[in-house]
Amino acid sequence: MSNEQLLALLPFMVLAGASIVVILMIAARLSHTAIQVAGFLMLCFTVLAMGYVRDILPQEILPLFIIDGFAALYTGVIIFSVGVVGLLSYIYFEEREENPKEYYILLFLATLGAAVLTISRHFVSLFLGLEILSVSLYALIAYLRNRNNAIESGLKYLILAALTSAFLLLGMALFYMETGSMEFNAIGQKLAGSDPGVLFKLGLALMVVAIGFKLALVPFHLWAADVYQGAPAPVTAFIATASKVGVFAVLMRFSLAVNLQQSEFLLNVFSGIAIASMILGNILALRQQNIKRLLAYSSIAHLGYLIVAFLPGTREGIEASVFYLFAYAITILSAFGIVTILSTRMKDAEDLSVYRGLFWRKPLLAAVLAVSLFSLAGIPLTAGFFAKFIVLLTGANYNLWLPVIVLVLTSVIGLYYYLRIISTLFASAPAAEPRHKPLHPFFHFVTYATLFVLMVMICVLGVFPGPAIEGIRQFLMIR
Amino acid sequence: MTLIWIIAIFFAGGLLCWAAQFVNRVLIKWIALIAAVANLALVGAAYAEYRNGSAPGDWLIDYTVNWIPSFAIKFHIALDGLSLVLLLLTAFLGVLAVLCSWKEIKERVGFYYFNLLWTLAGITGVFVAMDLFLFYFFWEVMIVPMYFLIAIWGDSNRRYASYKFFIFTQAGGLLMLVSILALFFINHANTGNYTFDFFELQNITLSVAEGRWIMLGFLVAFVIKLPAVPFHSWLPDAHSEAPTAGSLILAGLLLKTGAYGIMRFVITLFPQNSAEIAQWAMLVGVIGIIYGAMLAFAQNDLKRFIAYTSVSHMGFILLGVYSFREMAFDGVVMQMLTHGISTGALFAMAGMIKERLHTREMGNMGGLWTGMPLMGGLALLFAMASLGLPMMGNFIAEFLILVGAYEVNPTLTIIASIGLVFAALYSLRMMQRVFFGPRTTPDRHPEPFLRQGELREGSAHSASAVYDLSAREFTILISLSVAIVILGLFPQPVLDSVNTVVQSLIQKNTP
Repeated sequence: MSNEQLLALLPFMVLAGASIVVILMIAARLSHTAIQVAGFLMLCFTVLAMGYVRDILPQEILPLFIIDGFAALYTGVIIFSVGVVGLLSYIYFEEREENPKEYYILLFLATLGAAVLTISRHFVSLFLGLEILSVSLYALIAYLRNRNNAIESGLKYLILAALTSAFLLLGMALFYMETGSMEFNAIGQKLAGSDPGVLFKLGLALMVVAIGFKLALVPFHLWAADVYQGAPAPVTAFIATASKVGVFAVLMRFSLAVNLQQSEFLLNVFSGIAIASMILGNILALRQQNIKRLLAYSSIAHLGYLIVAFLPGTREGIEASVFYLFAYAITILSAFGIVTILSTRMKDAEDLSVYRGLFWRKPLLAAVLAVSLFSLAGIPLTAGFFAKFIVLLTGANYNLWLPVIVLVLTSVIGLYYYLRIISTLFASAPAAEPRHKPLHPFFHFVTYATLFVLMVMICVLGVFPGPAIEGIRQFLMIR
Repeated sequence: MTLIWIIAIFFAGGLLCWAAQFVNRVLIKWIALIAAVANLALVGAAYAEYRNGSAPGDWLIDYTVNWIPSFAIKFHIALDGLSLVLLLLTAFLGVLAVLCSWKEIKERVGFYYFNLLWTLAGITGVFVAMDLFLFYFFWEVMIVPMYFLIAIWGDSNRRYASYKFFIFTQAGGLLMLVSILALFFINHANTGNYTFDFFELQNITLSVAEGRWIMLGFLVAFVIKLPAVPFHSWLPDAHSEAPTAGSLILAGLLLKTGAYGIMRFVITLFPQNSAEIAQWAMLVGVIGIIYGAMLAFAQNDLKRFIAYTSVSHMGFILLGVYSFREMAFDGVVMQMLTHGISTGALFAMAGMIKERLHTREMGNMGGLWTGMPLMGGLALLFAMASLGLPMMGNFIAEFLILVGAYEVNPTLTIIASIGLVFAALYSLRMMQRVFFGPRTTPDRHPEPFLRQGELREGSAHSASAVYDLSAREFTILISLSVAIVILGLFPQPVLDSVNTVVQSLIQKNTP
């Protein structure tokens, strides 16, 4: 391994180092605050390292990894999401849990797993990344072990994720049997020109199950609502953003390598999945009274939208998907940020009644939530609108009219439940509850500030998306 | 630059109003009023400068700046005669909308005026945007604040009404977006350059089948907004639940964006396909006229009544546009203006009555003339305008449309003119029930069992039920009446302004 290759891995090493730093700090009995700050600094170092190595990209580290602009973008979205999740976690866990410190080890490990997914070009690294991610998530989901839902959803995720990992392994084995290789590119070359055999198709079907499960696409979505509800709010935010970004990145890279989209049949399978996710996700969310479950169903629908950008398998498609994921990450993070901040000691703020008249009690929080919901619904002036617009643009460009029309019609359905929450926010308020002083004024302030910044980002991306798009294009040139 | 100023003043005024909430609540109204008046002055100045329209194919103002170059999206706004008169209407009704809300809105005033001004900004943008993406953008910008106006300051059933309004219009809007994308890519396939610019897309050549589908996408959005009959059901709910200024803007301006869209985009971009569906569109228009009139006649709720008359009057727009005659086009433009004014006035009056009587039920009104002779007289004027009496603008509008349409389809036109008879029926019935007849206001029948000092609920209001117009209300109504009479007596300036636009539309649509 040359120096440059080693250097290119620097951000990931820093990320791995972060969890070790946290372990050492716990051993040294440092406070939660110190760990929080150190963790945040480590994330900053990761970002700095990414900037530092940018010029030597792309680097291939055979046979496992490739670090290029594509990976950098997705990793960037992941790091950004984790940074916000980390900030949100402080207040949430400090007020609920005696041992909040180990949480950060798991969080950084999960991040590492997701980040490894974005750079993998080999089944082994894919599997390693996925398992690091999943195993950390099992524990993260059930972290507040005194709550009933937490254990239930942790177990649910454990069993289903283990099952799908088995599917994935068998799928990989079948690929290997067919092509004699586990590298994406080598598989692609073996397949090029020849009609894929039945083993390949079978293997692919098994992999679709595994990936579909991780992304919570219909019909593999059954865990989503329960896990979203049972997990602590910051963890839910992590599942909704970082874990999905990582898995989607590897799916994209794999499909580009093996020219998945060239096959008419597979294209139909994926558009079928996309359409089913959009329709079912939106319909299931319609009557939800629990905001975490509602966001779970809406995330199913949103991943369906995202798959529409995945379908063409071109540079525009990647561009659209990166922008979409970025916009979606900001949006959903601010939504879950509000849930986190409003949660009480005993219970997450998941019931819709908590939000009644919030705008008149806490205008800033309600404004953030309203903007993020508008963004999820795809209303102009918000990032979500432009993200949806690019996806539509990509879909229309490749004549995918059926998914495009379904996207449009289901967003209208989706509008109903977003409006339902928004009108709850603006409903007349119940008597104001007594204000109690925040326990950690500094972190309260930081959290509020973060949420405000997220809201501003949503609006800026919605009105002036040009620079962001240009940035994405430039990164994608690094290949 | 004027156009940018107008839009910017509305946006900035809205933000200032919201900010002023935290400083001084009296300030809010004044900021809103100043913003609205400033814009009226700006538009007035623009009108004075450009009132004679433009040379054919020319634009009075044409301003472009890159917005999102990655997708060839430009901030392109332009002004021609049609946009100009509609801007005038927007600015005029904008001032009145602010005045209307002066006393009505007591809660969350800052956020209210924020929404009001942003809706106006969106509407202004819709009338001048010449980049299809930008058009869609403004199209949505006007919906969201209007949703809030209904959802927060509306009446008892406001939630339902606001959902319905938002979802109907958004469904249409998204289909329009798909059509815009289709145009974008077909144009790229034909000419090799990516653009959302309306000026360039005007020259697009489409196959008949493509054109049909793409046009439908646009048409659905506009027809929902207009509204034409099968898609009208959001309108009575939204209008009756919205606060007074909301109804005023909805009826006076938002409906016009649908009509504007059909004139500006549908028949310009798809002349062939429009000719194909012309007969059907006229039929839908006539059905709207008759059906709306019949429903209006059956209403007991004053605001719902006015809403259904709008459905009826908007039928004339479809009838006029799809006859492709110069006179009819002139009539359509007049109809947009005069309907905006007359219906706006009726809604303003309904709001004033509601402030006094706390009801919209016509059954609870009656004999109001004795208490409010001024308002009664003005109401009579606008009822007459609505039924199409000569001397009022509405007469000119509907007359021109009918004359134009007669050449094309006499049968439908004759049926449509029956709509005028119906209009007389429902308008007079409304006058009869609200202003004439025996007084049914409660203070006329004092409760015999009321002990001294005990006020029955509502009687405090009804005691003051019969005060006549205040100076502010009088200003609102008198300016509207002057406008409608001027339009009725001297429609020529308007027709001059839009002359070139109409000519070019005719040119496009004569095979």
